[in-house]
Amino acid sequence: MLTESPYQPDQAVYRHVIPAGDRWMHTIRQGQIFRIHDLEGNQAADTLFYDAHHPDDRYSASDTIQRQGKLYLTTGSVLYSSLGHPLLTITADTCGRHDTLGGACSRESNTMRYALDKEHMHACRDSFIRGVQECCEHHLDKRDITCNINFFMNVPVTPDGRLTFEDGISAPGRYVEMRAERDVYVLISNCPQLNNPCNAYHPTPVEVLIWDEDR
Amino acid sequence: MNQLSPISETDLLHRETIRGGGMWSKVIGRGKTMRLTDLEGGANVGLLLYNAFERQERYNMPDTLKGQHIFFLTAPYCLHSDMGRILCSVTGDSSGWHDTVCGCSDAKLVRQKYGEKSYQQAHNDFHRNGRECFLIELAKWGLGEKDLVPNLNLFSKVVSDEEGVLSFDASHAKAGAAIDLRCELDTLVVFNTCQHPLDPNPEYAPKPVQLEVYRSAPVAEDDPCRLSRPENGRAFQNTEVYNRLRF
Repeated sequence: MLTESPYQPDQAVYRHVIPAGDRWMHTIRQGQIFRIHDLEGNQAADTLFYDAHHPDDRYSASDTIQRQGKLYLTTGSVLYSSLGHPLLTITADTCGRHDTLGGACSRESNTMRYALDKEHMHACRDSFIRGVQECCEHHLDKRDITCNINFFMNVPVTPDGRLTFEDGISAPGRYVEMRAERDVYVLISNCPQLNNPCNAYHPTPVEVLIWDEDR
Repeated sequence: MNQLSPISETDLLHRETIRGGGMWSKVIGRGKTMRLTDLEGGANVGLLLYNAFERQERYNMPDTLKGQHIFFLTAPYCLHSDMGRILCSVTGDSSGWHDTVCGCSDAKLVRQKYGEKSYQQAHNDFHRNGRECFLIELAKWGLGEKDLVPNLNLFSKVVSDEEGVLSFDASHAKAGAAIDLRCELDTLVVFNTCQHPLDPNPEYAPKPVQLEVYRSAPVAEDDPCRLSRPENGRAFQNTEVYNRLRF
């Protein structure tokens, strides 16, 4: 569902541009508003969330799908943790649909999906590995990397059960915004994929913004 | 979807029945096939797979789906790990659809749907849930919360409409339906027979399954799972390199 946000970028308490292929980690406090802004269009922001105090309780794609009986994420979707806690709620969305089935690319899955000689290419799960390693206080590792959200990606499922990778429905300037329902640690890999037409083989930067609730 | 051949007694290694609401975990070596059969109809098997030796390598829902452009499982598809390799191939399936995305039940869901039934009230008919069954079996292999990832739900069919709204097909799981999973890596198999989280049955009624394990023939160059997608062919190559170097 397309919904615009009342929050103004010049009133944000935090703004940062994540270059293509880079990672970004941050703690978002309960009640804060978090926006991801697709600056140039059809960029995939591969995103993981953890309870900031108990990171074993983390974003769960299957709980989010099961509890809402729905595959795609948009305004009103609650992002649930593996223990069934709401981590964030999507409050505004000018793209309309986001994916949580497609996962993140890895060097290993690139060899399976595209060609054996693609193994050297930088991939999201390497960014995730470095991101969890840098979250020192919780001693996270590869096992903490689970099925993520792909904001701005369009991966429709057909009624006969086929998975299709459609051209993106995002565009320059579209954004998705969510309210943190508890303190969450967010890890984004701004996808470096060069083998997939969904981003026109051209990864681009995204911007992240945070507002305090009492703007 | 296809019909399964009978297992010859000389190849059969193991046979047992797992009751509804039961749980099971063992390592099954590469080259062996497990057959699960829905004995009464309406069974659900919540299934997770790990590399038996490097247990941080595990069944990966997104790689399985996007590698094969599917949202459900049947023969001749494959269950991919997160490392570009294949844990198991679906070499036979008379069910036609196994759910990949809905995860498992937890204590709260089971209480809401079916009410309370404690051990003291019901002894071993007390209400079980998928999440606790997974965590109990995972702990026996040194695994825990971090290793609990989106699981498969064998024999359960959940379809999506154009808007992504899911519906559970209660007429799907027929008595006698069976699936063959051939292990391509030495695989830690962890499963339970709790009801599917979206099962609309108002009664707590988990159903039993039969498990059989048998020796399978070597994977041929023209194996239907290997040839079903070029992605699967490459994942087989990755798996063969791993096994050649490891053993």
